[in-house]
Amino acid sequence: MKRLYLLGLAALLCCVMAAAQASDIQPILQEHKQIIAKSARKTIAPAIDAIAKSGSPQAQTVLETWAAKAMWMRKSDGVFFAGEKAEDKQYRLFDFDSGEVAGTYPKADLKQIKPNSGIRAMIGTALVQFQLIDPDAARRQAALTSIQRDPEVRFLAPLRASIEGEPDVKLLAQKRRLERLLTISFDKNTEARVNAIEEMSGDLGVDLRATLNPLVATTRDVALGEVPSGLNIADILAPGTEFFSRTDAYDLLVIKSLAQPKVTANDIRNALAANIDGGRVAGIPVARLDNDTARHRAYDILAKAGQAPARVTTDDVDAALASHVFFESYYEPSPDVTTAANASLTAIGLRVGLNQTLDLALDALSLTSIYFLAAIGLAITFGVMGVINMAHGEFIMMGAYTGYVVQRIIPDHTLSIIVAIPLAFVVTFTAGVAMERLVIRWLYARPLETLLATFGISIALQQLAKNIFGTQARPLTAPEWLNGAFTMNDVVSISYIRIAIFILALIFLGVFLFIMKRTRLGLETRAVTQNSRMAASMGINPGRVNMLTFGLGSGIAGVAGVAIGLFAKVTSELGSDYIVQSFMTVVVGGVGNIWGTLAGAAMIGFLQKGIEWLNPSNTLAAQTYMIVFIIIFIQFRPRGIIALKGRAAGD
Amino acid sequence: MQRSFIAKNPSVLIFFACLALFTLAVTVLSEGFGVGLASTSFVKTLGKTLCLCLIAVAMDLIWGFTGILSLGHFAFFGLGGYMIGMWLMYERTRLIVVESLSQTEIPPTPSEVVDAIGNQIFGVVGSSEFPMIWAFADSLVLQLALVVLVPGLLALVFGWLAFRSRVTGVYLSILTQAMTLALALYLFQNDSGLRGNNGLSGLQNLPGVTASQDFVSVWFLWASAGALGLGYALAAWAVSGKFGSVVRGIRDNEARVRFLGYSVETYKLVIFVLTACLAAIAGALYYPQAGIINPAEMAPIASVYLAVWVAIGGRGRLYGAVIGAAFVSLLSTWFTGGQAPDIPLGFYTIKWVDWWLVLLGLSFVAVTLFAPKGMGGLIDLWTRRKSPNRHGLDLGPDEGALREQEASK
Repeated sequence: MKRLYLLGLAALLCCVMAAAQASDIQPILQEHKQIIAKSARKTIAPAIDAIAKSGSPQAQTVLETWAAKAMWMRKSDGVFFAGEKAEDKQYRLFDFDSGEVAGTYPKADLKQIKPNSGIRAMIGTALVQFQLIDPDAARRQAALTSIQRDPEVRFLAPLRASIEGEPDVKLLAQKRRLERLLTISFDKNTEARVNAIEEMSGDLGVDLRATLNPLVATTRDVALGEVPSGLNIADILAPGTEFFSRTDAYDLLVIKSLAQPKVTANDIRNALAANIDGGRVAGIPVARLDNDTARHRAYDILAKAGQAPARVTTDDVDAALASHVFFESYYEPSPDVTTAANASLTAIGLRVGLNQTLDLALDALSLTSIYFLAAIGLAITFGVMGVINMAHGEFIMMGAYTGYVVQRIIPDHTLSIIVAIPLAFVVTFTAGVAMERLVIRWLYARPLETLLATFGISIALQQLAKNIFGTQARPLTAPEWLNGAFTMNDVVSISYIRIAIFILALIFLGVFLFIMKRTRLGLETRAVTQNSRMAASMGINPGRVNMLTFGLGSGIAGVAGVAIGLFAKVTSELGSDYIVQSFMTVVVGGVGNIWGTLAGAAMIGFLQKGIEWLNPSNTLAAQTYMIVFIIIFIQFRPRGIIALKGRAAGD
Repeated sequence: MQRSFIAKNPSVLIFFACLALFTLAVTVLSEGFGVGLASTSFVKTLGKTLCLCLIAVAMDLIWGFTGILSLGHFAFFGLGGYMIGMWLMYERTRLIVVESLSQTEIPPTPSEVVDAIGNQIFGVVGSSEFPMIWAFADSLVLQLALVVLVPGLLALVFGWLAFRSRVTGVYLSILTQAMTLALALYLFQNDSGLRGNNGLSGLQNLPGVTASQDFVSVWFLWASAGALGLGYALAAWAVSGKFGSVVRGIRDNEARVRFLGYSVETYKLVIFVLTACLAAIAGALYYPQAGIINPAEMAPIASVYLAVWVAIGGRGRLYGAVIGAAFVSLLSTWFTGGQAPDIPLGFYTIKWVDWWLVLLGLSFVAVTLFAPKGMGGLIDLWTRRKSPNRHGLDLGPDEGALREQEASK
C-alpha cells in the first residue's frame, strides 16, 4: 500500500517537475531543520506554517509525505527527501523539488522523520487548504466533512479562497454554506457575522443551530453592588424566582467564595461526633442529641468556642443576597451578535416547531394505519357477528410467522413478501374458518363464552408457536427498496416501511369497501348484520355468511401480521402486544362500520403520539393516560364514535 | 316463617367442615407444627391457593351471579398486595435502619431515620424521597384499612363511570381489561412511587417476628383459610336473600329488573365494590406468602386466567369457583413445575412444561362447549340433583349460557 502510494507520488513529482523552479521547498525545510528533526508537538507549529504558506507547489507533497512517515533526512548534510524502501535495508531517496532519484542509501546514513499523532493532526489541518482545491472531488468532499466536524477559525480563509474555483455545483453549495457558518462563528468583523446570521435565518439545518447555540450560551455570575460594565449581559436575575431560587443564589455566592458555605445537617452531625468528650458534647449528653433542636444548641456552643464554623442564619443569607447582584452574561462579547443570534434562533424555533408538528402528524398517521390494519379484522368479526375474537392477536402472529417461514424457503426478500402476503391470508383464512366451524358457531348466543373460548384457543396457539419456533425473536426482513427513509429536511422524515404500511392500509380499506358494497357476499353480510333471521328467510344462509366473514376477518389479520412483522420482531407475543390496542380501536370507533374503525384508529394513533410528545421520556405513562382517556371517552359515547342506529344497533 | 341462613345454605356448613379438615390436615403434616411431611414451600403453595380460591369466589359473585365478566379483578388483588407490602417493607427496613444507625456515635434524629429508610427502599429506582402514597406506610392499622379502601375506591369510581353509561357485555369486559392494563403500565414506571418493575420484595419476612418460615407459613395458611371461610359465608349470605334474587335477576334480564323499579346500577356497583374488596383481601394475604409483588402480576392475562378457573369450576355456584381455582392452579403448578412425567411418543417427547398451556387452552374450550356447568356439574351428577323441569330443559346460569332455544334443538 505504502509502496504504491509512493510510486504514485513519484509519478506526480515527475509531472510537476517542469514547474519547479522559483519557489523551491528545500530552503524552507532547511530553515526549520532543527525543529523538524526534533519533531516535538510543542515546537513544530512554525515549521508546518512555513511550509503551508510557502506557496511552493511541493508544499502539499511534503506535508503528505511527512504525515505518512516517509520523509527522511540525510545525516551527512541534513537535506530532506521522500524515501522509499529498496533492497537490503537500503532506501531510495527522491528530491522534493525536482522529483528525481537522489540516490540509494543504507538506513544507517538516514534519519526517518516520525511525526507523532499530535503532529500528524496539525499537518492534517494544514493540508486542508490544499485539499479544498484538490482536483479530486472526493478529497474536496472529505476536507469539507472534516471541517464540518471540527470547525476552526483557520479554515475560514482557505475555504473562502477555494469557493471561486469550485466546479462542482453540489460542493459549491456546501462550501458556501460552510463559509457562512464559519463566518458566524469566527469572523473578526461583527457586521459580517450579523449579516451572515440574518442571511441564514430560518434555515432548518441542525448545523446552523449547532453554530448559533454556542453564541447564546450564558453563564451565571455575581458581583458586589452593581453589574460590572464591559460584559454582554443577558439578564439580571432576582433571587427567589422559579428558575433562580434563593438557594441557587446563595450556592452561587459560595462557589464564587463570596459567602460562607451553609452548615448542613451532616456537617453538624460530623462536628458533634468529632467533639464528643466523655459521653457529652458541649456539656449535653450524647443520648439527648436525637433531635435537631438539641443538636443546634450543642453546635452553637461549639461554634462559639471556635471549634466549628458558625451556622449561617437566615439573616446572613438575606444580607448576602441583598448586597450582591446576580446576572447572566453571554460568553460571546458582542451584543449585536447575540441579539441577532437570539432573533434567528427564535425564528428557527418557530419553523422547527411547525415542522415537528408535521413530523409528529406523519408518525401518528403511520401508527393509525398500523392500528387500523390490526383492528380491521377484529372489527369485521365483532361488527358483523357480535363475536369478540380473543385469538385475533394470534392470527396476526400466525401471519407474521408465515412470512418468516416463506422467507426461509424463498431467500429473495421482494419475492418472498409477494408470496407471503397471499399465503398468510390463505393460512389465517383457513384457521379462521376452522375455528368458526368447530367452536364459535356453537356459541353465537353466548357472547361472553365466545370471548373465553377464543381466549382458550389464544393461549393454546401462543404456546404452540413457542413450542414450534422457540421463544427468541425471528427476523422478517423487509426488501432492500423499503429500507431507508423519505427525508424532507433535518426535522421531517418518514421511513419507507411506514409509507408502505400506510398504502397497505388504504388498499385494505378499498378492498373492504368493495367487498361490502359491490359484491354478493357483501350484500349478504350486511343483511345478516342487520337482521339475521330476516336474512335467513330471504334465502341467505347465515351460517355460510358468518363462516366467510370470520374467515375474511382472520385473513386480514394474517396480512396485517406480515406487515407488522416487517418492522417489529416476530415472537409468539407479537399478537398480544397489539390486541388491547385493537380492542380499543374497535370500541372507540364503534361497531359494525369500517369508517368507525378508521376513526377509532386515527384517534388512538394521534392521541398516543400527542401524549408521547407531551411526555417524551415515558411511553408507559403515555399508554396509561391513553387508556384512562378512552375509559372516560366511553362515558360520553358508549357505542363509539360512529354508532349504528336503529334496529341494527341491537339492545 | 324465616328459616335460618344455615338452613337455607347447607353447602356453607359442608364447606366449612371441608376447609377446617383441610387446614387441620395441613397443620398436622407441616414442618412447623406437625410431622413434617409437607414441606414449607408446599404449605405456602397451599396457602396461596386458598387466597386464589377467595378471589375466585369474588369472581363467581360478579360473573356467575351478576353476569358481569370482569377481566380486571387481579388489579384489585394486586393493589391489596401492594398496600400490605408497603407496610411490610417500610417496617422491616425501619428495623434494619434503626439497628444500623444505633451503631453511630450520635443517636439519629427521626428525620434521619426516615431518610435512611427512603434511601434503602428507593435506591433501586434512583431516588430517596418518600412519595406521597407512602404517607401512611408507617402505620399497620392505616395500611390495613387501605388494603380495602384503595381498591374499593377504585372499583367505586370505575364501576360508577362504567355502569352509569350502561356499558355492558363484552364492552365492559374489555374496559375492565383496559383498566388493569393501565394500572399495570402505570406501576411499571419508576416514578409511580412503588419501585417500578422491581416491585416490593422481601414481604415474607414479618417485621419483629423471629419465628422461622416453617411457622409463619402455617400462620398464613390459617389466616387464608379463615379469610376464605368468612368470604365464602359473606358471598353465600349476599346471594341468598332478596339482594341475591335481584342480582340474579340482573344477570338473567337486566332490562326487566330495571323496569320493575330496581336501581340496577346501584346493585351492580355494590357487588362490584364488594368483590373488589374481597379480591384485595385475598391479595393482601397472598403476597406476603409469595414474598414479592411486581406490576406484572396485574397483567390482563392474570384476570383472564381467573375467569378460566371459575368457568372450569362451574359458574353460579360458590363451591364451583373454589374447586376450579384450587384444581386448576394446583394442577398448573404441578405441570409447570416439571413434576409431571414426560410422555415419549417415539418421534417426539411431550414435555409438559411446554405443552401444559396448550392442554389448558384446549380443555378450556372443551369445557365451554360441552360442559357449561363446569366441574360443579359433576357434583350435580353425584347428588343426583336435577334442574327443575319448568320449561322442559336445563338452562345455564346466565344469558351467555345455554338458552332454551338452543337446548331444545
